[in-house]
Amino acid sequence: MSTGKKLFIKGNEAVAYGALAAGCKCFFGYPITPQNDIPEFMSKAMPKAGGQFVQAESEVAAANMLLGAAACGVRAMTSSSSPGVSLKQEAISYMAGSELPGVIVNMNRGGPGLGDIGPSQGDYFQSVKGGGHGDYRTLVLAPGNCQEAYDLTMLAFDLAYKYTNPVLILGDAILGQMKEPVSVGEPIAVDEAEGGDWKLTGAKGRPYRILKSLHLEEGSLAEHNLKLAAKYESMRGEVRFESFETKDAELVVVAYGSIGRIVKTVVRKLRQEGLKVGLFRPITLYPYPSAALVELAQEGKRFLTVEHNMGQMIEDVRLSLCGLADSAFFGFPPGNMPTPEDFEQPVRQALGR
Amino acid sequence: MSRVVFLKERCKGCLLCTQVCPKGIIALSGEMNQQGYKIVEVAPGKMEQCTGCASCAMICPDTVITVYKTVKPGQPVKPGEPGEEVARVNG
Amino acid sequence: MTEKIAFERPKPLADRATHYCPGCSHGIVHRLVAETLQDMDLVENTIAVSAIGCSVFLYNYIMVDTVEAPHGRAPAVATGVKRARPDRFVFTYQGDGDLASIGMAEIMHCANRGERVSVVFVNNTIYGMTGGQMAPTTLVGQKTTTCPSGRCRDSEGMPIRMAEIIASLGGTAYASRVAVDTIKHLNQAKKALRKAFEVQVNGLGFGFVEFLATCPTNWKMSSIDANKRIAEEMIPYFPLGDFKDVTTGKGVC
Repeated sequence: MSTGKKLFIKGNEAVAYGALAAGCKCFFGYPITPQNDIPEFMSKAMPKAGGQFVQAESEVAAANMLLGAAACGVRAMTSSSSPGVSLKQEAISYMAGSELPGVIVNMNRGGPGLGDIGPSQGDYFQSVKGGGHGDYRTLVLAPGNCQEAYDLTMLAFDLAYKYTNPVLILGDAILGQMKEPVSVGEPIAVDEAEGGDWKLTGAKGRPYRILKSLHLEEGSLAEHNLKLAAKYESMRGEVRFESFETKDAELVVVAYGSIGRIVKTVVRKLRQEGLKVGLFRPITLYPYPSAALVELAQEGKRFLTVEHNMGQMIEDVRLSLCGLADSAFFGFPPGNMPTPEDFEQPVRQALGR
Repeated sequence: MSRVVFLKERCKGCLLCTQVCPKGIIALSGEMNQQGYKIVEVAPGKMEQCTGCASCAMICPDTVITVYKTVKPGQPVKPGEPGEEVARVNG
Repeated sequence: MTEKIAFERPKPLADRATHYCPGCSHGIVHRLVAETLQDMDLVENTIAVSAIGCSVFLYNYIMVDTVEAPHGRAPAVATGVKRARPDRFVFTYQGDGDLASIGMAEIMHCANRGERVSVVFVNNTIYGMTGGQMAPTTLVGQKTTTCPSGRCRDSEGMPIRMAEIIASLGGTAYASRVAVDTIKHLNQAKKALRKAFEVQVNGLGFGFVEFLATCPTNWKMSSIDANKRIAEEMIPYFPLGDFKDVTTGKGVC
């Protein structure tokens, strides 16, 4: 996906570069730590790319601006962190209901409430279970390093248009603020015809179009929800995950995002001691890689889910395993930066060594 | 003779048109449309008083009224005015 | 004898019955918008943003490309639309609950940024669709289902004068208040609407027209009495006229 030059950049910047490369032409943002690098970068980059940057009056407005740009079939994005993403849920629900494509980035910080500005995975439920009202789903991509932040942001735009649906990038303060080398490429040429059968352009030479989520006619909302459900089901093909050293593992640690990466370090260390431990890292949180987990369970493996919260994704792990196996859980509370040492003992304990 | 034509099924009987007609020729009729509204009419024999001012049509919230205005002989129908293309001889 | 059509339904206005109550002003404002779009040859270049309230069904009546905004957010959605398609004509159509209450932040900042969009604001001093609750524009003493003894200045504050507030913002090119109760006022209203559209087309800034309108059902009045209330009660508190017009210098500091 990425070709050309290598840059030493933060995860936040990698997201911004990924958006540029994907042909993003509108960015709507509002300041909140720890994602400010994204709007700051975009305020310079968007005009240069012939696009638009707006610092909105609120997160609510920024997300609704995204809705407006999306209605025109223009690749657009907004970014924020947890409290701000809560405010965006209104527009995300309307976008899902109106079937509009857009990319929303959440660099997860500690909560609930104002919490802190440090890393957390406390927004898992909000991201994958639908943070707004109504029966809808958003695709959720969880990058574990800066290169992935770039690649998955590019992918997010393609998926948003493929499914005409909002797509979430769920990172955290660790990913947003750490620097790594990232291969970046030139912006792709977005196909002018993208969204051609639904986008609003002014009704010249065709019947006029309405993009809405209100369905009052008898049976109309039921029909709409069934159509959406079929679409969400069809997203199953987009499942992505990383399996690391799972083949002969007795214990598979399930962890996503930057926590998955920290767990990987633990796995490497314990492997050197000959301990049979592996990592399963979901990259798509919706759709969840359930089938792959089931396969591991059928091979008789045991599981430990590690999260930077008090237990959210563990519910999806257990749902996936569906009684075939159970998963132990280790939750690291927000407010502190986890290190491999923090996870080593829980993994050893789950291994029984 | 200028005249007005009511799209009866759209009339909701709000009577706003009766208030703005400078000739006072629009009034509630005894008729009810399929929506169940008592509708207005120009009383029989009074249409010839219509000046084609279109006040009734302008205040009608339901676009019930189409207004035909008499063009005096010799008076050109101005280009660009509404209805230029449909100017026609009446009866 | 020759005759011409002096008045007919404008083409962008759908040939169908509306869901509005008898005497409701929305139908009049819809027609004025459709006529102005037609007169300015904007119909095929327009993207409309509908809001929440009785007028959410705008798209059933004005036949232009339309996106439906969440409650109060139409100016933010319109910002997104205009930024994405700067060459298109963009307008929002909002009621007083939508614009002056839940959407106050969005309208203020959209105007202040000088977004090249036009806003059609229908002020009937009440929440119509939800059944007649108090609005930010409800007049002092006016009874609604949530101020059954009448709006009280001490506890509910004074009705908000939006046209004046919008006129005070830097990005506003045109802000006006009009009424739809008389033929004279309707003619003024149409001129104001055209101007609010023109300032967008000419790239001068944000255009805003507040329409003083009726809600006979929730005011519990006949259409005729409701229409009289505009002159007797509304205009004394909500004066008509242009509060800002950059093309004449009026209201520009």
